[in-house]
Amino acid sequence: MSESPFQDRIEIFPRSVKGRYRTIKTSILILAYSVYFLLPWLRWDREVGPDQAVLFDIDGRRFYIFDLVVYAQDIFWLAGILLIAAFLLFFVTGLAGRVFCGYFCFQTLWTDVFIFIEKLVQGERNARIKLHQAPWSNEKAIKMGLTHFLWLIVALLTGLSFTLYWGNAPELITQMLGGDAPFAAYATTLFLTLTTYVMAGLAREQVCTYMCPYARFQAVMFDSDTLIVAYDEARGERENGRQKPRKGLMTSAERDNASIGDCIDCGYCVQVCPTGIDIRNGMQYQCTSCALCIDACNTIMTSIKFPQGLIRYSSEHALKGEKTNLFKAKNIGYAFTLLLTIVVLVWSVANRTEVEMLVQQIRQPLSVTLSDGRVQNRYDIKINNKTTKPISYRIALQGLNGAELDMGRFSEIKLAAEHSTKLIAKVRLSPSAVSQSRTKFNFVMTPADSEINEKIIQQNVFYVPEKQLNRK
Amino acid sequence: MSSEKTKPTVQTTGHAWDGDIQEFNNPLPTWWLWTFYATVVFAIIYWVLFPAWPVGKDYTKGVMNEITYTTSEGKTKTTHWNTRSLLLKEMQLARESQAKYLKDINASTFEQIAADEEKSAFAYSAAKVLFADNCAACHQAGGDGVIGYYPNLLDDAWLWGGSFSNIQETIVKGRMGAMPGFKSRLTEKQISDVSVYVLSLSGDVTDASAAKRGKAVFNNDGGCTACHGADAKGIITMGSANLTDKIWTIADVTGADTFDAKKAAVSDLIKNGKSREMPGWKDRLTAAEIKMLTFYVHQLAGGK
Repeated sequence: MSESPFQDRIEIFPRSVKGRYRTIKTSILILAYSVYFLLPWLRWDREVGPDQAVLFDIDGRRFYIFDLVVYAQDIFWLAGILLIAAFLLFFVTGLAGRVFCGYFCFQTLWTDVFIFIEKLVQGERNARIKLHQAPWSNEKAIKMGLTHFLWLIVALLTGLSFTLYWGNAPELITQMLGGDAPFAAYATTLFLTLTTYVMAGLAREQVCTYMCPYARFQAVMFDSDTLIVAYDEARGERENGRQKPRKGLMTSAERDNASIGDCIDCGYCVQVCPTGIDIRNGMQYQCTSCALCIDACNTIMTSIKFPQGLIRYSSEHALKGEKTNLFKAKNIGYAFTLLLTIVVLVWSVANRTEVEMLVQQIRQPLSVTLSDGRVQNRYDIKINNKTTKPISYRIALQGLNGAELDMGRFSEIKLAAEHSTKLIAKVRLSPSAVSQSRTKFNFVMTPADSEINEKIIQQNVFYVPEKQLNRK
Repeated sequence: MSSEKTKPTVQTTGHAWDGDIQEFNNPLPTWWLWTFYATVVFAIIYWVLFPAWPVGKDYTKGVMNEITYTTSEGKTKTTHWNTRSLLLKEMQLARESQAKYLKDINASTFEQIAADEEKSAFAYSAAKVLFADNCAACHQAGGDGVIGYYPNLLDDAWLWGGSFSNIQETIVKGRMGAMPGFKSRLTEKQISDVSVYVLSLSGDVTDASAAKRGKAVFNNDGGCTACHGADAKGIITMGSANLTDKIWTIADVTGADTFDAKKAAVSDLIKNGKSREMPGWKDRLTAAEIKMLTFYVHQLAGGK
């Protein structure tokens, strides 16, 4: 047992590296940051509603996403998006391991930026370690202070940008600067500023190692065919292990003859690792598959003219010299489910109704007898106009001969753009006109003048109590 | 292979399940301990700020957490934080935000309320709640009443009149409806005949001669016209029922299967009579509340 049940965080000073995967990661970072920070400022022409391209309007209970307006009743689309996100994660993880962690996770992206700032102010890994170990001095105070200050600026911008998605960005930012913004805006900004600063600046790999549930459950989706960032132990160690290059062991062929591995134990792969592990110890739960050790190793291998790929994307099967089979029931199943969910969601969004009529029979009571002997049923009708134009409709009955429709003062329904209304329709009919207790009929909503030609039909039931049926 | 040499030994708890499943014994990060201390600090701050500890028969009230609210009677109270006062504060805020609408309702005529979408929507939804709280006990949640006891408010017959002012008066003052029993004044035969006549008025014609005899009783011996009028259509000021329509509020004719059952229902009412009372709500509801309820009841049936 170790002496203490608790372990202090060991500070990690990742060295920078250039290479193929660093370039991919940087490109994704720039793209993600551009979208995240600039999207709230993008303007969008709408006939009705705000001119912000993406706006989550909580007060108005609708989300504006370019030309799509999402209403509260469309909330199941969110379920669709979450399903897609989940299945995409499962699918990709089954194929290529923790791709999300290494390339797309905001923890990785923000930590990357914070490390970049750290390097900009304090220098490369060795300089940072030196500075860290040095006693406090003016220089150290300035450099550390500046680093934390810049971190806080990025954190503040991050928090602010998030907040701007929930209000009209230019207006909200003016309000915030003037102190007139709602409390929630300040609270959200402050909360995200603090969490960004703490998570990306101070906690870093601790988030992935100890806090993140995804990191752990992704491991369950791995199998021996999953692509992982792997050290080719057979080539790197051979029978006699790794050795520093020295005379007689300068080329790959010479080392092979001496059964010495190709790994020259330079330690670059360990120095670049943002989670501070040694990939040569095999797959570890701390590894986020960021692939920077691949870049590091390839840089060294190229410089000493060894073949590349001592550390590479590979699978356990491939490392053992067996075939990697990616077309497995699990992966195909995930792919199929993913496609299905996407198709359903796209279909649902594409076929959304712009004008809705919902009819519900009032059941308390189902019917009432009137003085002239007719039976009256009442219906709650709700009409939603989700278009950006005012609409005008007439409602009529279909399939209920001799029935009278009374909607009070509503003869024609006029609705402003993006508005909804409720009304009560009373339907009266002589019991002699029907032969059964429950007669199906339709409410038909016909456009009165607008450009929309579509009729909206809702079926419902007219109820006559059994005892009044045969009484002519 | 030298992998055994390069790999650090991982500490495990020493147990193995199913042969090879072992549990890592990794130390917790120190910050994890800090978060525990943070929850302790949070709890202490919470104890100071909110009511927390029982002390004898009393308890600590917390500091800086006063709630000041005004009751519906207009008394202003200040207490330490508690959920009941929080509710009363919310009720106060709700009253304040409704005040503007209630003022509007008070200042408007029924016709103005009906013509204004915002006012009618407010009156309707406010009255729906008032109806459920005050009226539904008798008239039922949907307003359909109970035959024989409480009138159905959904049909188009109004014992005491269906105009806005009629309905308002009914709610304000209440109503006493009494149909006397004729057991001692009329013979069985007469009662039977009158029943046939009354049923024939609303279209149930079976025995024309009995109906003719019944008409004579209705107009003469029975003295029914005194209340129900010569045309049997009822008199609004007396609350007497219109006997010529298809609506029955006391005798359950609509629910009877055979003519005999209908006749029995009507005869029974004529014999024994029926007294019904609607209490007045003047002292229990405000003028605005009664006005909104009037509007609601008028809307339910499509009043006159």
